[in-house]
Amino acid sequence: MSDFTGGFWSLYISIITIASIIACGVLLQALSTRKVSGSDGETTGHAWDEDLVELNNPLPRWWIWLFYITIVFSLVYLVLYPGLGTFGGTYQWTSKKQYEDEVAQASKLTGPIFEKYAKTELKQLAADPAAMALGQKLFLNNCAQCHSSDARGGKGYPNLTDAEWLYGGDPETIKTTIAKGRNGVMPPWGAVLGDDGVKDVAHYVMSLNGNTFDSLRAARGKEKFMTTCVACHGADGKGNPAIGSANLTKTTLLFGADEPTLMETISKGRNVAMPAQLDLLGEARVHILAAYVWGLSNNPGATAPAKNGAK
Amino acid sequence: MNFSHEMIEKNSALMIVLIILVVAVGGLVEIVPLYFQKSTTTPVAGLKPYTPVQLLGRDIYVREGCYNCHSQMIRPFRAETERYGHYSVAGEFVYDHPFQWGSKRTGPDLQRVGGKYSDDWHRTHLNNPRDLVPESNMPGYPWLAKTAARSDDIETKMRALRSVGVPYSDADISGAAKQLAGKTEQDALVAYLQVLGTALKGVK
Repeated sequence: MSDFTGGFWSLYISIITIASIIACGVLLQALSTRKVSGSDGETTGHAWDEDLVELNNPLPRWWIWLFYITIVFSLVYLVLYPGLGTFGGTYQWTSKKQYEDEVAQASKLTGPIFEKYAKTELKQLAADPAAMALGQKLFLNNCAQCHSSDARGGKGYPNLTDAEWLYGGDPETIKTTIAKGRNGVMPPWGAVLGDDGVKDVAHYVMSLNGNTFDSLRAARGKEKFMTTCVACHGADGKGNPAIGSANLTKTTLLFGADEPTLMETISKGRNVAMPAQLDLLGEARVHILAAYVWGLSNNPGATAPAKNGAK
Repeated sequence: MNFSHEMIEKNSALMIVLIILVVAVGGLVEIVPLYFQKSTTTPVAGLKPYTPVQLLGRDIYVREGCYNCHSQMIRPFRAETERYGHYSVAGEFVYDHPFQWGSKRTGPDLQRVGGKYSDDWHRTHLNNPRDLVPESNMPGYPWLAKTAARSDDIETKMRALRSVGVPYSDADISGAAKQLAGKTEQDALVAYLQVLGTALKGVK
């Protein structure tokens, strides 16, 4: 079970370690046997500036004893802790075990809290101020990098405070999105539609979302829309939450609903990824985050009346 | 014992030998055995050598000095594993020559950044970090997106890595330049960042 590739290495480490400690002891012993000589005693044999000489005295006693103490310390350490090859020390200490103990101790404190929240239904959890304070901290640490600290997102990153959802805004769907991630792909249509075609379709989309548009282009764009875009966005352009296609009748599009952005989206396509969080955060935290995110765009107080666990 | 300062101080050859002996003890005990330990020489399950694109990204990571502010070493403390994921183990770095553990965190640790953000996030963030994280003090690297990935020396690099034990096949090496065709340095760096730490992902 040894981590070493051969038995030799354990012995090798032990022998060098012990030998070097013994060598330190012998060296000290040799240097401390000499007696302090008087002012007329033995010198080192050098003379500087005509008459400056150095007495050949031993090291100070207090210093030598400090050195002996370090030797004793190292021997005690090697008995208690791993240091001599495969010998694990009488404490059997490992950094892995220390880490696991630390985690276990923290889990004892936080475990019951997370357990209680994990059993609470999402909408009800969203009405619990203590849970939502925790949710906010989790959000700021793990989600704000993309969705921004006020959860309003940005270009390409969804606003979580409005009622618009690509994949659906009910609590369970939000939880799935956080846990498993999402990967929204809109293929590029520039090559199929041509520059003019892209502009036509963009104007048709603008006619759907109430923007000012060129009606001639929109009419041409509608024809192309009905053959090219309809499969994902539907005949009414309202999208399909099952595949995460955008509702084009709203101006809250992920990248923007103005003409240049729409043309860029149509011609180059989009690839939007929400990374899965379950591996990093674990089920309990994803649960709290789902409730928090749902609560951002809903009024939890109205759906889950006053029965929350107020302290 | 016939042993004195004088004997050592007046015999420089003996002094050199004794100094080397004393200085070598630490290295002999702490460093040499690492080359003969399974945990430091065997890759963890699922660890793959870098693809040519990831490898170039790694070279850009080194060139731009990312290691000055970002470590790639999650220590086994709860405070770190809560934030970054599973602590680093030696077997994750056996194909890294040299490893990018770093020693300073002005920015966050990047050991498990792979898959944490989307590719687009990384692109925006590399161009101007403040577009995504307003309080960030990381410099922008906008030129990476405009610079074509260099492919003329990738095969040499891969051969050099093979000579120190990275298991690249001949086919891996001969097809390397082709994989870099049309890529920018940003593509390469993002590919590298997205593979970091993924071999141990989800292991709790």
